[in-house]
Amino acid sequence: MVLEELVHPYSRYLRSDMMPHIWCSGCGNGIVLNCFVHALDELKMDMDKLVVVSGIGCIGRTAGYINADSFHTTHGRPIAFASGVKLANPELEIVVISGDGDLFAIGGNHFIHAARRNLGLKVICVNNFTYGMTGGQQGPTTPRESLTTTTPYGNIEHPFNLVHLAAASGATYVARWTSLHVRRLTLSLKKMLQKEGFCFIEVVSPCPEIFGRRNKMRTPLEMMEWFKRASVVENFSDPSKADITPQRLVVGEFVDVEKVSYEKLLHEKISQINEKSMRW
Amino acid sequence: MSNAKKALLTGVHFMNGDEACAEGAIAAGCRFFAGYPITPATEIAEHLAERMPEFGGIYIQMEDEIASIAAVIGASYSGCKAMTATSGPGFSLMQENIGLAVMTEAPCVIVDIMRGGPSTGQPTLPGQQDVMQAKWGSHGDYGIIALSPSSVQEMFDLTVEAFNLAESYRVPAMLMGDEVVGHMWERVTIPSASEIKIISRKKPNVTPDKYKPFKPDENLVPPMACFGEGYHFHATGLTHDERGYPMTQSSEVQSKLVRRLCDKIDRNADKIVKVQQVMVDDADVVVVAYGIVARAALSAVRKARESGIKAGLLRLVTLWPFPEKQVAAAAECAKAMVVPEMNCGQMVREVQRVAGMKPVAFLSKLGEDPHTPLEILEVIRRSA
Repeated sequence: MVLEELVHPYSRYLRSDMMPHIWCSGCGNGIVLNCFVHALDELKMDMDKLVVVSGIGCIGRTAGYINADSFHTTHGRPIAFASGVKLANPELEIVVISGDGDLFAIGGNHFIHAARRNLGLKVICVNNFTYGMTGGQQGPTTPRESLTTTTPYGNIEHPFNLVHLAAASGATYVARWTSLHVRRLTLSLKKMLQKEGFCFIEVVSPCPEIFGRRNKMRTPLEMMEWFKRASVVENFSDPSKADITPQRLVVGEFVDVEKVSYEKLLHEKISQINEKSMRW
Repeated sequence: MSNAKKALLTGVHFMNGDEACAEGAIAAGCRFFAGYPITPATEIAEHLAERMPEFGGIYIQMEDEIASIAAVIGASYSGCKAMTATSGPGFSLMQENIGLAVMTEAPCVIVDIMRGGPSTGQPTLPGQQDVMQAKWGSHGDYGIIALSPSSVQEMFDLTVEAFNLAESYRVPAMLMGDEVVGHMWERVTIPSASEIKIISRKKPNVTPDKYKPFKPDENLVPPMACFGEGYHFHATGLTHDERGYPMTQSSEVQSKLVRRLCDKIDRNADKIVKVQQVMVDDADVVVVAYGIVARAALSAVRKARESGIKAGLLRLVTLWPFPEKQVAAAAECAKAMVVPEMNCGQMVREVQRVAGMKPVAFLSKLGEDPHTPLEILEVIRRSA
């Protein structure tokens, strides 16, 4: 068999005519995409019912790479856009894949409100601690004292703890993994895709080219070694104590509860109102 | 009672403009509303919060106006006719995503019940200060459609029209009301279903493997597949080719796309534009007005005729695309033009642009009730 005739078993999940992708070598985005596609395949996901929504940033291009209905929104607005998609057609499975800056700086308000409503969106945040596409500025998850192009003397801001924020805002499923934890991340993605309500997975991901090289982790391997050295799996521990530091990177599932989704409550309410007006 | 019957309240009603707008949306087939409270547009949201669930429509109050318009675009891509309603401050917040709706050609309706600006301004008083923002508010070049209702009946009629235009041209259509038409109570006749013309977006007639989501038809409008229909298409706010794929480095793709986004409105302007002309044919002085101000202008024109001045009214029902042909033709025959507006001079610039050498008198009013007929009559007299 000649090489050209070989078809990758997962190629049907990807828009091959949009390749090559834009990501740098050593970037963790491809690993996340790989895990996501694995999860779709293992769940035998109905690709006609999947909608992938992304915002702006390196990971924002993911929507375009997945061979489903997909939409690349303005910066910070994928969750707000996805809210309209889901409410207008609750049969659709909506996955939002975006970055830490998009979801938690410019888009932070939409995140907390969609979580509060428990709207059935599956949100994956690929956290690389920086604004990669614009060249490495400080963002809402940049660790203290990190060097970025806009914190040349070290970052004095406190970063968000995303899993704590998601849990406090009302998400029904909250997990954090790194791009080193491909097996656990894939399992987590599968679990999330089968749950009702607002679900959130943070994937701590290496950006050696833009973030690592300014912070003594110049090569992809050095960032992955940090994840390997510092990661501790603490399932269902207190998310407020889920640190991300050079010494300790807490990963695991933090929340997994059952709670009726917004769209279900809304459609129940609509049915009640219809029945009532029929009686009148 | 069937859902369809509950949705359309055929008959004669006494209601305010905001409610009429909400009923117009329902009549047009709107089944998704996302909004955020703001004076003087809140009654639209309140009315739809009550009405939408009666026939399975979706009402949601979002966390802000940015989220509201984003959700509307999302619902539109899910196949719903969708609307949001706001006033100046919220309209400003929506501008970036109005650009997204333009770029991804998402049919949607945006209602702006104008109040006095800038900033928080005068929440309870009318204004016409957002009419240029409607055309130019988002960055980049593009075309949109904007309509201007002068009565409560038109709040109903033009909301229906806005949906039809949005769906026909895959574009945000804006209803630029003002506080007076929003809050005023008048008689409204809601026609029967057979009397209401409803237009829905053109669907693709090719199989998914051949579908290009941004390949235009003969009207420069691409047929629209929606999420969940099996087309597996991509849409982006980035400059994109007919497949919807980002092509951010191509001058050819950028030029072709942006020119089409402008041309699909400009080249169809004759089909879109509506004006009302009263005694314009032999007029020496033509008053060009829109919205609530046009009603005082009509009264002023009649009073002028009574006193022997040949005055006429050209009412702009469509603000954008600007009715250039109609205004230019009126200016050609007239000796002078008069433009009263509740702003510091916005649409008057467009009138001046097409009026040739004819003098254009501008009558500005800010921060109080709209112009009185006598105020406009005085300017007609001076111009005659």
